[in-house]
Amino acid sequence: MKYYDKLIFDLSKEGRQGYSLPANKWEALVSELPAGLLRAEAPALPQVSELDVVRHYTNLSQMNFGVDSGFYPLGSCTMKYNPKINEEIAAMPAFAGLHPLQPAGTVQGVLRLYKELSHALSEITGMAEFTLDPFAGAHGELTGLMIIRQYHMSRGDLKRTKVIVPDSAHGTNPASAAVCGLEIVQVKSKENGLVDVEDLKPLLDDTIAGIMMTNPNTLGLFEKDIKEIAALVHDCGGLLYYDGANMNPLIGMVRPGDMGFDVLHLNLHKSFSTPHGGGGPGSGPVGVAAHLAQHLPVPKVVEDEDGLLHVVGDDPMTCGQISGFMGNFGVLLRAYTYILMLGKQNVRMVGPLAVLGANYIKESLKDCYKLPIESVCKHEFVFDGLLDQSTGVTTLDIAKRLLDYGFHAPTIYFPLLFHQAIMIEPTETESKETLDGFIEIMRHIAAEAISDPESLKTAPHTTPVRRLDETTAARQPVLKVKDMN
Amino acid sequence: MAKTVEGLYYSESHEWVKVDGNIAIVGITDFAQHAMGDLSYVDMPEVDDEFEKGEEFGAVESVKAASDLYSPVSGTVVEINEELEDAPELLNEDAFANWIMKVQMSDPSELESLMDAAAYEAMCANE
Repeated sequence: MKYYDKLIFDLSKEGRQGYSLPANKWEALVSELPAGLLRAEAPALPQVSELDVVRHYTNLSQMNFGVDSGFYPLGSCTMKYNPKINEEIAAMPAFAGLHPLQPAGTVQGVLRLYKELSHALSEITGMAEFTLDPFAGAHGELTGLMIIRQYHMSRGDLKRTKVIVPDSAHGTNPASAAVCGLEIVQVKSKENGLVDVEDLKPLLDDTIAGIMMTNPNTLGLFEKDIKEIAALVHDCGGLLYYDGANMNPLIGMVRPGDMGFDVLHLNLHKSFSTPHGGGGPGSGPVGVAAHLAQHLPVPKVVEDEDGLLHVVGDDPMTCGQISGFMGNFGVLLRAYTYILMLGKQNVRMVGPLAVLGANYIKESLKDCYKLPIESVCKHEFVFDGLLDQSTGVTTLDIAKRLLDYGFHAPTIYFPLLFHQAIMIEPTETESKETLDGFIEIMRHIAAEAISDPESLKTAPHTTPVRRLDETTAARQPVLKVKDMN
Repeated sequence: MAKTVEGLYYSESHEWVKVDGNIAIVGITDFAQHAMGDLSYVDMPEVDDEFEKGEEFGAVESVKAASDLYSPVSGTVVEINEELEDAPELLNEDAFANWIMKVQMSDPSELESLMDAAAYEAMCANE
């Protein structure tokens, strides 16, 4: 890989240009504009040829690693392949040329798509209704919690200010609850990594707004007691929130609505194959059980008796408005394409294949890496570093060494339950050959840890930049290009 | 291996307490700094803040995690270690020589519920 870190401004040459504009026919009217609105000098834009621009961004793109370049087993992120037909559909002029302020009468097809994607997600999750407005997962969490809060407040039940979050939760859960003005109460995990029902019971009273859970949890383990937990939380008057970050293994197999969840968000950019991780904006639709539908955010898409769709922006029971228009429509379009391309039969293969791949890697490596909880996992699992830790080789060293072999590193040091956590999620889109290649390299690295620990501690060796000094970067961040070097 | 110091009190959330009259000097343990890795920031309380035992009084951040700090005793903060604001690495260098806050205790009998060095070592061995 070629090292390249120029700014487009570095290429600028006075007078060079790669475009020509038509004559400005309004030139004569410039003098009529208020002086305060006129620029005194031209903006400092880079002056470059078209070829300069193409080479610059092509070189930059080659410094990147994406799922299109190699295996990306980043736990909890579901880095599945993003089929190119998603892009073809999203680029169709009828969609790409839409304006968000077009009258509803001129975009009936688009509003129909909004409705149909909502129905498909309802079918997959077992929730009654959806809003597609939230822009990302944590935005969905906030929206879901606003719905829960609105539900309690609309019933005059003002004491419910606490949200229970397991100690294995994604960090966004307590963060979203705090942003929503709710107090966070932690519930512990048992030795087997599942929520401790006995630790939960004493927390349940009339101050509990709800509980946020991820199922399977961040260890990739299915919360088998979910029915009992749902009954206990509902009995105390609380609601259950499902963090859909780990929805991938359940698609087509199990529905959160059937487990007793009242509200959930999905990450379309994870489970439904839209680009993410710097590759594109996210989307975090929120689904609710029937009794909460009235609290969904506005604007809503509503169908009248004649089958015409309307955008309704006012509703006294809503939790509020959470996006400027109606979500990241281009992302919704890609997710809808993905669901239709799979179809009802194939959508059932997503979960089982994701689970099979994760268990295959886990079983193939557990004689070299420490498996803290022996269990059948779902779509991902967590190792606690190397089995033999006597050489001082850490999880960070292993992750860095993987880069030398052309793999993206797994998620490391999360969840916090284990000090040397390595969280691996292969997804269903990888072939057995790819998984075998990864397993072989992971075994090779475990052997290197004993034969040549130094090469691991100084890895990576073949990447455009070597190991970064993360500590100094965190302690003394350089935030401006001109302060570099 | 993480070290401990005799004569200090230890909490389950990995803070240590050194008693000086009615003042509790509070820091984080060597085990805690090892688990966190290189610290990049210490979120400190302010003088005159009041905390109940077990209440959150600040946080430590490293390149891999952030962790809340819980006051091992109840009382009022009388002094904070301002050196840590610019040099969080002091906690990595010597977690016991570098304290975080000094608390005027409101109920010194709470110390009895904390662990001694041996009990704390036994707890860490199980983590």
